[in-house]
Amino acid sequence: MGAHVSNTKRIWQVFIYLSVLTIVEVVLGIFKPDALFHHDLFSLSYLNWIFIILTIVKAYYIMWAFMHLEGEKASFRWSIVAPMVFLIAYLACLILIEGDYIHDVFKTSSMKWMF
Amino acid sequence: MGATVTTAATKEKIWEGGEDVQPLGASYGKMMMWFFILSDSLTFAGFLAAYGFTRFKFMDSWPIADEVFNHFPFMHGVDAPMYYVALMTFILIFSSVTMVLAVDAGHQMKKKKVATYMLLTIVGGLIFVGSQAWEWKNFITGTYGAVETRGGEILQFVDKDGKRLALADFADTTLAREDANLSRSKGAWYMSGGTETSVSLSQVKAGLEKNPDVFIRTQYTVEGNKHQKVTLNREETLNRANDFTYVVEGANLVRNEYGHKTFADLFFFITGFHGFHVSVGILLNIIIFFNVLLGTYERRGSYEMVEKVGLYWHFVDLVWVFVFTFFYLV
Repeated sequence: MGAHVSNTKRIWQVFIYLSVLTIVEVVLGIFKPDALFHHDLFSLSYLNWIFIILTIVKAYYIMWAFMHLEGEKASFRWSIVAPMVFLIAYLACLILIEGDYIHDVFKTSSMKWMF
Repeated sequence: MGATVTTAATKEKIWEGGEDVQPLGASYGKMMMWFFILSDSLTFAGFLAAYGFTRFKFMDSWPIADEVFNHFPFMHGVDAPMYYVALMTFILIFSSVTMVLAVDAGHQMKKKKVATYMLLTIVGGLIFVGSQAWEWKNFITGTYGAVETRGGEILQFVDKDGKRLALADFADTTLAREDANLSRSKGAWYMSGGTETSVSLSQVKAGLEKNPDVFIRTQYTVEGNKHQKVTLNREETLNRANDFTYVVEGANLVRNEYGHKTFADLFFFITGFHGFHVSVGILLNIIIFFNVLLGTYERRGSYEMVEKVGLYWHFVDLVWVFVFTFFYLV
């Protein structure tokens, strides 16, 4: 390993990104504008889409900059990130669809007594 | 040479098998930390998916987070949704920054700088855990109180403007309590009653009948307006009083005044598991901090240990980012 260059500039830059993203989330969370809160895209409100996307952006910065994945070999990086993303997305999809289905059964189905 | 033998200088980064064996270009310890983080993140994903499942299942009767988490220190009775968790988030992000600065200083072998940043990280972590304890205290104590029905629904009370009322605001305390709580001092040592409440069920019922301005607010969200819960009119309110079975104040693992029973269970379990991770992280940071002071890594010629514990600490921050979104925002 050679002499390490200091990364402090990048660190503070990422801190500012994370802070701005958090502030945007909090402001939207407090005001919950009706146009975003009460209108859906694929049965999820625009507001929730924004929250989830901003969260993933924050996760990207934490993992790539703070946990220094951007400095690792690509093979190492993807051996971690690919299973994580795939398994979590898979789990979340299955489980949320099932939750929504049970909600519908309780609400509308005539067979709920034997469900 | 065993992978854990670190006595000789700079051997920390070497795998069994020799100097030029480094699968994926990572040292043994760092890779194992990463794969631990991978498995732990799947555990947290499982918890959050369980939360999502329960929430989708009870989509129309889930509590509104802004009404539950609305306390701020030294601001009593002020409705302050989100501010406190936002503050906690900033504290944790900032402690992540000091951690990464410590790692950065370690790469340049600056012992004093590493120690200072490690100390700041520990302080940040302690403040975060303390904040979480305060949050739990508010959650467990509760603010308004509610009543549970025979069917297990939580009913809250509002005045004619829809403003929340505490049980003490309208309960008729001139009436003698019909219930006596069994405490250890009154019975055998192995006997104890349930959670003691400040007012009894018949006092709540009597107060409800006496005050024409008290209305019941149900668990159900108004169709087409996710900011509001369905409020009953006076007649329905009095009818519903026949179903009252428990006075509920605050939260425990059985019932909570905020709404659906699983809400408190998931809150305690997920934030508790995260808080446990933060506490372990603080402990590890303290150990590393003292090792830095003692010059262990200086002698070893590598501050990689700071980097590995740093990975764990960032992971704790990463999980919080998701808990914050799914518990407080969405």
